Amino acid sequence: MNRPIDKTGIKIGMWLFLYSEIILFGGLFVLYAVYFYTYPEFFAEGGRELDRKIGAVNTVVLLISSFTVAASITAIQRKAKKQAVGFLIFSILCGVIFLVNKYFEWSAKFHHDIYPNSETLVSGEPGLNIFFGLYYVITGLHGLHVIAGMTLLSISLVLVLAGRINESKYSMLENSGLYWHLVDLIWIFVFPLFYLVL
Amino acid sequence: MEPQENNHILSYTKLALILGVLLVLTGITVAVSYLDLGFFNVPLALAIACTKVTFVLLFFMHLKYEGPIINLSFVGTISFLFIMIGFTFWDVAFR
Repeated sequence: MNRPIDKTGIKIGMWLFLYSEIILFGGLFVLYAVYFYTYPEFFAEGGRELDRKIGAVNTVVLLISSFTVAASITAIQRKAKKQAVGFLIFSILCGVIFLVNKYFEWSAKFHHDIYPNSETLVSGEPGLNIFFGLYYVITGLHGLHVIAGMTLLSISLVLVLAGRINESKYSMLENSGLYWHLVDLIWIFVFPLFYLVL
Repeated sequence: MEPQENNHILSYTKLALILGVLLVLTGITVAVSYLDLGFFNVPLALAIACTKVTFVLLFFMHLKYEGPIINLSFVGTISFLFIMIGFTFWDVAFR
């Protein structure tokens, strides 16, 4: 029984899921937009407290990892299994670097008593409280997506090594790649909105 | 039955080129954020972000080479996203 595989159908399914993710983060960005309109000066003040360098490094890390994931698909299509494996391992490492940076960033904030329901935020300006509330919700949810993306890439890596993903059957890798790019897309908006507001 | 795959293979060079564009645009957003353009800071930052996202979608996510179903449904999603953001903001701005 060698049933034909509907590659387009598999991809459409993945895209439908990505649409729901886009709307999910879209809703959070609506919240951001509305509160930014209400408290522009506090959003600017909050943004100045975030570390631009870590933000910029993380942007570059995610962009490079997006490139290597796309390159791993090219490698698989060209039957270059070793290259594909290398690209995937590199991409997963990029995810790890991103999360480590995030860890240092968040712990520095915790250290300065800036976290949800902290004394400084609760008794301080409501604008700042909302800015950091949104910051933790959006970057936290994004961080969870990075972990999910790394899990998908790791599964793909194992399947590539096992030969279950190959030049004639690579939908799993393609869909994991799409998910990883979505994580990158969201970060492209998070970076200027949180780190670069004047 | 028939292997009707749209197996468009993107070369490493092309992918690297896209990455280069994305990195340059990141540099531009960071540079621009140091200038005080008043009202225009946020729209400019968003415009650059949208340009970057377009590159990622078209090439990394392969949208340029997909069939009409994925392309149209994507445009539909983005339209609804704009309705959501636009109408909410409209309400807040003119309340």
